[in-house]
Amino acid sequence: AEICITSMDNYPLYIRSIPTQGELKFHYTVHTSLDVVEEKISGVGKALADQRELYLGLLYPTEDYKVYGYVTNSKVKFVIVVDSSNTSLRDNEIRSMFRKLHNSFTDVMCNPFYNPGDPIQSKAFDSIVSTMMVQAC
Amino acid sequence: MESLTLSDVEQKYYSELFLSCDVDNTKKVASNGKVLDLFRAAQLSNEVVHQITELCGATRLGHFGRSQFYIALKLIALAQSGLPLRVESLNSVRDLPLPRFVMGKNEQEMRHAVMFADTENQGPYFPRPPGRVQAKKVSAHEMIQPCVPTVDPQPDTTSPVVSPHQSPPTSPHAWRKHKRQASGGNVDRQPSVPGVVWPHFREAQPGPVTGDGMWSAHSPPPVQESWVSFTDTPPSSTLPMHPPSAQVITTVRTVPSAMTTNEIQRQISGYDDPWKITDEQRQYYINQFKTIQADLTGLIPGSAAKEFFTKSKLPILELSHIWELSDFDKDGALTLDEFCAAFHLVVARKNGYDLPEKLPESLMPKLIDLDDSAGVPEPAPEVGFSASPVEVTPNKSPSMPSLNQNWSELNQSNEQWETFSERSSSSQTLTQFDSNIAPADPDTAIVHPVPIRMTPSKIHMQEMELKRTGSDHTHPTSPLMAKPPELSDEAKLAATIKFPGTTVDGYSSSDSFTSDQEPISSAVNRQRSHSGTSPEGLKVVAPPPPPPRPHASHSRSSSLDMNRNFAAVPAGPQQPGVVAFPPAVPPRPLPTQTSVPHGHRSVEGDGLPAHTSTSPHQMPEQPNFADFSQFQAFAVDQPADDGENASDSGQNDVQSEERNATTVNSAKVSTPLAPPPKPVRRRLKSEDELRPDVEDLPQKSNVIATVLATQPSIPRSIGKDKKAIQASIRRNKETNTVLARLNNVIECDHQERISLEVQLEQLRPFSHL
Repeated sequence: AEICITSMDNYPLYIRSIPTQGELKFHYTVHTSLDVVEEKISGVGKALADQRELYLGLLYPTEDYKVYGYVTNSKVKFVIVVDSSNTSLRDNEIRSMFRKLHNSFTDVMCNPFYNPGDPIQSKAFDSIVSTMMVQAC
Repeated sequence: MESLTLSDVEQKYYSELFLSCDVDNTKKVASNGKVLDLFRAAQLSNEVVHQITELCGATRLGHFGRSQFYIALKLIALAQSGLPLRVESLNSVRDLPLPRFVMGKNEQEMRHAVMFADTENQGPYFPRPPGRVQAKKVSAHEMIQPCVPTVDPQPDTTSPVVSPHQSPPTSPHAWRKHKRQASGGNVDRQPSVPGVVWPHFREAQPGPVTGDGMWSAHSPPPVQESWVSFTDTPPSSTLPMHPPSAQVITTVRTVPSAMTTNEIQRQISGYDDPWKITDEQRQYYINQFKTIQADLTGLIPGSAAKEFFTKSKLPILELSHIWELSDFDKDGALTLDEFCAAFHLVVARKNGYDLPEKLPESLMPKLIDLDDSAGVPEPAPEVGFSASPVEVTPNKSPSMPSLNQNWSELNQSNEQWETFSERSSSSQTLTQFDSNIAPADPDTAIVHPVPIRMTPSKIHMQEMELKRTGSDHTHPTSPLMAKPPELSDEAKLAATIKFPGTTVDGYSSSDSFTSDQEPISSAVNRQRSHSGTSPEGLKVVAPPPPPPRPHASHSRSSSLDMNRNFAAVPAGPQQPGVVAFPPAVPPRPLPTQTSVPHGHRSVEGDGLPAHTSTSPHQMPEQPNFADFSQFQAFAVDQPADDGENASDSGQNDVQSEERNATTVNSAKVSTPLAPPPKPVRRRLKSEDELRPDVEDLPQKSNVIATVLATQPSIPRSIGKDKKAIQASIRRNKETNTVLARLNNVIECDHQERISLEVQLEQLRPFSHL
């Protein structure tokens, strides 16, 4: 399982994988899923941006894993990749994971010492993400 | 030489000493002179020193390499502890205290003497003139470490001795770096360590444990150090402000960055919290706060804080971490408390203390707002950096500003809840109600427990309300039904006509009432109160407004209700009992009832009492029809009320017609208009059948005329034109039947829908589990 946060320019701000082996594959998956995310964002023509639209849902499933997407109002994208074998994860749980991510991300943003566009190095953020991933996997 | 195993403490200490002896900065060889001086400072006899140098191999090599130096130090330690000097014992002896050295040089002696003198005293000391210290800072400090313990009379000095020596090899360098970074304020590094004046430590240690006092002074608030590490803040200005701190600066400098927080903890386990801010510090922080933000109760915006703390020259990453720790409510701004905590952490970090992972309790900002507006404050020490209220991790920032961050979660939960409520038969008022409550921080479940927690019971409530609607409808009607018999015809009809008006009002008021978004419990109470009062014979009081949630969503049903009520009034008392009852019930009494009126009709001109006697028998089966029986009896007994009686029979006829469709509404709808025509028709039929009562006709027609006159729905053909009346009657009857059938269908569907929705609600909350 992996969590990736990319900026609006599709530049990775934060990448974290739980099984650290095979990380490259996850990176590749995330990279390809960004295309899908872009497609979904551009498709939405309405100006209103409520919670439901932020959650993009299952971007596309493959035989090995499922990719979920979430975009914030500032075009920062969150991508979660989970194993397909992990069927216990329901949509609501993924939603809650994204919510937590978003909240933690805003906390990081609130830090005046953090420059948007920098890689996220906050230990607090790391701890939250690790807890979440351990819970999920 | 054999390999030498050193403990970490020893390793660090030895390396420090080596470096101090490394006058030539070769980092490999300690100058003989210095080494020998050092050895002599160990207060060992010259022979022992000689022996040591031999053993360590320095004599062989001619110089002290690092390993030789270390071995020598260890041997010194051995010697000082009284153990025989053996090479083998180097590694075998465990828990060997570190070698202690006494100042030998004049200056050092002087300083030592000064220190000694100082240690004897217990009062606070003021900073020594800086000049003396500057030159010999390094060596003096190095030497001070071992010196001090010798002065210490306490037996338990070994532990304090050990810890301060535990200085990481790099610390002196780092420490020097800090020194350079620090502005003039740090100049006051006095060896006058002792008499340190931490008031709280003093209290903790009343005894003249100078050594301990000193160490304790060292331990915690290195914070006092580098007060003024911010270049922009003139050190001099701080000095006068914190005279006591100055000496602390000196004390701290001696052992300062060397001490890790763990040591501190260990050392001052019996003392106060190392992160505690003293009054002087706090005052200083407050003054600094004022330079940025004049209002002490106000906030410092993040950008200003960033500028300020950037001056401390700490790396951005650490500043970021400090910010995360100190911004308690995650609002991007610092309150006075938060600012003090941040400043304190910066000072600590500048002095070499590692930043804690969690905000220490003493640094936690006091929560100011405890009212609902700020949410429920959480003094949770796990300065949770998370903000997920609903989930497991505790929410760190319950105050208002954090609500913005929690909003997304709240919306999510709200959305889930709203969808749930939408799925239920709840009305728009219910969803509006939810949105009002949900925005509160879900963590503050204490504040608004009712709406969220009561979901399962809400269904029950709705069910109860549903039942009550039915009962409430029945109740008001029954007393109303009870009323008509007591009224005259006109009055009764007038009342019946007026009642729909009141019911309409009642409904409108109820609608507006429900739009007030009262909690469910109060709504139920309302229902209960109404149901309690309704049987008590209220007339003009609006009937209990039907539970808004289950019914408001069905606009048609509400109109139906109105129709029902509209029809209920003039209808016979049998309707109320049928409203909420399943269809099966009504048919039963009907045959008996229908038989009665038929009996009436057939025996109209005959002995009625015989039939009236039957009616009471049949009537008791339906308690709601008690009025009717009374009415019937009354009507039967009084031939003058034949009109009414006939109207009742007419009602019964209408009911019998509509019973198949099992609707009360139909009866209600049809009956208001039916009674007047019915008697006429019946009368006509009776005429046809019996033809005896022709003379009654004019009487009936008079009655009918009056009845018709009072009914606005019937065309006001006051004239005796029977045909016109009959035509209008027929028209009305047709519309009545159509409406009645429509009502039947809708009522059936409504009942089914309600039951299904209730079931859905029951199942819904468990679907998420």
